[in-house]
Amino acid sequence: MVMSKELAESRSAVKTNSLTVIQAINNGLNVMLGKDKHTLILGEDVGKNGGVFRATDGLQEKFGENRVVDTPLSEAGFVGAAVGMAFNGLRPIVEIQFLGFIYPAFEQIATHVTRTRTRTLGHYNLQMVIRAPYGSGVRSPEIHSDSVEAFFAHMPGIKVVCPSNAYDAKGLLIAAIEDPDPVLFLEPMRLYRGKREDVPEAKYSVELGKGKLVEQGDDVTVLAWGAMMPVALTATEQMRQHGITCDVIDLRTLYPLDKDIISESVQKTGRVVIVHEGHETGGVGSEIISIINNTSFLYLRAPMERVTGFDVPVPLFALENDYLPTPERVSQAIRKVVNF
Amino acid sequence: MKVRYPLFQIIDKDGNLTNQKYEDKLTGDKAKLLYYHMTRIRTYDQKGVALQRQGRIGTYVPFAGQEASQVGSALALADDDWMFPTYRDHGASLTFGADLDRMLLHWNGRMEGCLPSRKKNILPASIPIATHLPHAAGAAMAETYKGTNNAAIAYFGDGATSEGDFHEGLNIASVFKAPVVFFNQNNGFAISLPVERQMNSETIVQKSEAYGIQGVRVDGMDVFAVHIAVQEALERARNGEGPTLIEAVTIRFGAHTTADDPSKYRDQEKINRMRDEVDPILRLERFMTMNGMWDEEWVKQINAVIKDEINTAIEAMESYKKPDVAIMFDHVFEKPTWTIEQQRQNLLRVGGRK
Repeated sequence: MVMSKELAESRSAVKTNSLTVIQAINNGLNVMLGKDKHTLILGEDVGKNGGVFRATDGLQEKFGENRVVDTPLSEAGFVGAAVGMAFNGLRPIVEIQFLGFIYPAFEQIATHVTRTRTRTLGHYNLQMVIRAPYGSGVRSPEIHSDSVEAFFAHMPGIKVVCPSNAYDAKGLLIAAIEDPDPVLFLEPMRLYRGKREDVPEAKYSVELGKGKLVEQGDDVTVLAWGAMMPVALTATEQMRQHGITCDVIDLRTLYPLDKDIISESVQKTGRVVIVHEGHETGGVGSEIISIINNTSFLYLRAPMERVTGFDVPVPLFALENDYLPTPERVSQAIRKVVNF
Repeated sequence: MKVRYPLFQIIDKDGNLTNQKYEDKLTGDKAKLLYYHMTRIRTYDQKGVALQRQGRIGTYVPFAGQEASQVGSALALADDDWMFPTYRDHGASLTFGADLDRMLLHWNGRMEGCLPSRKKNILPASIPIATHLPHAAGAAMAETYKGTNNAAIAYFGDGATSEGDFHEGLNIASVFKAPVVFFNQNNGFAISLPVERQMNSETIVQKSEAYGIQGVRVDGMDVFAVHIAVQEALERARNGEGPTLIEAVTIRFGAHTTADDPSKYRDQEKINRMRDEVDPILRLERFMTMNGMWDEEWVKQINAVIKDEINTAIEAMESYKKPDVAIMFDHVFEKPTWTIEQQRQNLLRVGGRK
């Protein structure tokens, strides 16, 4: 892992706790509820139960039933109510239990959440965050495993964010809550309870729209986000043993994409592998390819490769590891672009 | 079948008082105020249809027949209340305080026309059906959260009651006892579909029972009845008694929009023949005449004022500066993302449409 000297120093100077991704999210919510009375949480089972993944654990107890609100089982209803609250100066954070449960609220997001600022020429802005655990690989039932970030990256008027580790999870969440525009915050549930990281106790933010170079190399640029980061890193580690080194970039924000970090790396390596678990056709990977086409076409030394979920509904969990990109598939793609 | 929700009415179509309980409230001043606003929005509505026919605005959505419902309800609101209208409720928006020049700009396809009122909390018309009901619930919940005494009203038609968001909005508002009035105008048709085919329920108001909230069925052609029913519902909302579902039974005299031909799906001739008999403005006129409130001079005077106001707004709409293409890029986010900025610059560089 590459960490800038400044960042390492700034981290050593502050009090930190060793947290998992889900704990970092809980901590970020806790910090922001404490900062601003206009911020509140809405969702199914977020109160007494602390959320099905415990993202809001202990928050209702601390901030009360009016700040951490258990809603009816009604995604369109409570996303819509959050829109009304945001019209009226509140800053709701909405939890969708699983990204695959967002579909009843799709109309609210497509017709109001994303359009209100434009529709009212800025008279009303919706400072709201929609949090949703996403992705496959945890043996959950049908619909619970979707990775449909591309639907939302395609919608003008909402930013789409997806952390892959505890530090970014808290920092990006705080940036999302403070952003004056709607943000869809996708949480890789497969990484919720994985690796712990030192997370500063105080409030800090990670800028939206900025990717991060997490591993440096010369031969290939590997682009991923969320739950695909460990997959990509396992593959690039294997490749390193074969003498192939990669830039590995965690994009972190899927709209707007960090065009500069992408093009800078691609202009160095000339080879590209994109890894995402969402379906291939029309996935965010296509957009990345388009950006590279516009910024770095003449630097390319091989056709760009995608390693993605397939154009099939995410299967039940007996086959989920076949659906998901694996380090082996990523390694093959890396070899392919190197050997072109 | 027992009538569980009798039609609340104060004056009948001939202008006779049918409900003595509210006699004190029917003052000359109140009658004049209601008459003025109904006349104002009807004049505007007729002008809207004419402007569309002349190609001076785009598709227009007429509301003739629904003036009592829209004016009676809008005038019941307090200054800081919230209004969530649909595309057919511009009469209500204008009555509550929406700006006439902007309203016309909106019908002329201009984004500037959706700028909310300069003074009131009036949202732009919701085009997707019933999606604004949860917004009204949320805005009302926010008022409770802030500890104010303000309320919200959401307008919607009979067709909207078949949408999921109708259910989700009413349910969430009832669970949280949000200070909101769900004001349904049942005009009998959702474009071409008659209400009998929209639902198997005898009334819309009976759906209030399912949510454990108050329900009132009101004669939507009786401006006094609508006004008082909405006032009472707002009072309950402010007192912490939660939402009310009001069904105002009304008639859409004309087409769904200027792009619609109602004779395709209903006996439009019959509606045209019965118009004068059931007209909400004539009903109020009959009441005023019978009760010595009618003043020809005053009527002439307000008609002149209204005509002048509307003509001035049309002039403002037609002389409004040409649209700046940048406007579609400028308000997607507080700060444009690089993609939007790049697309904007590309369009401006090639000059856009000539």
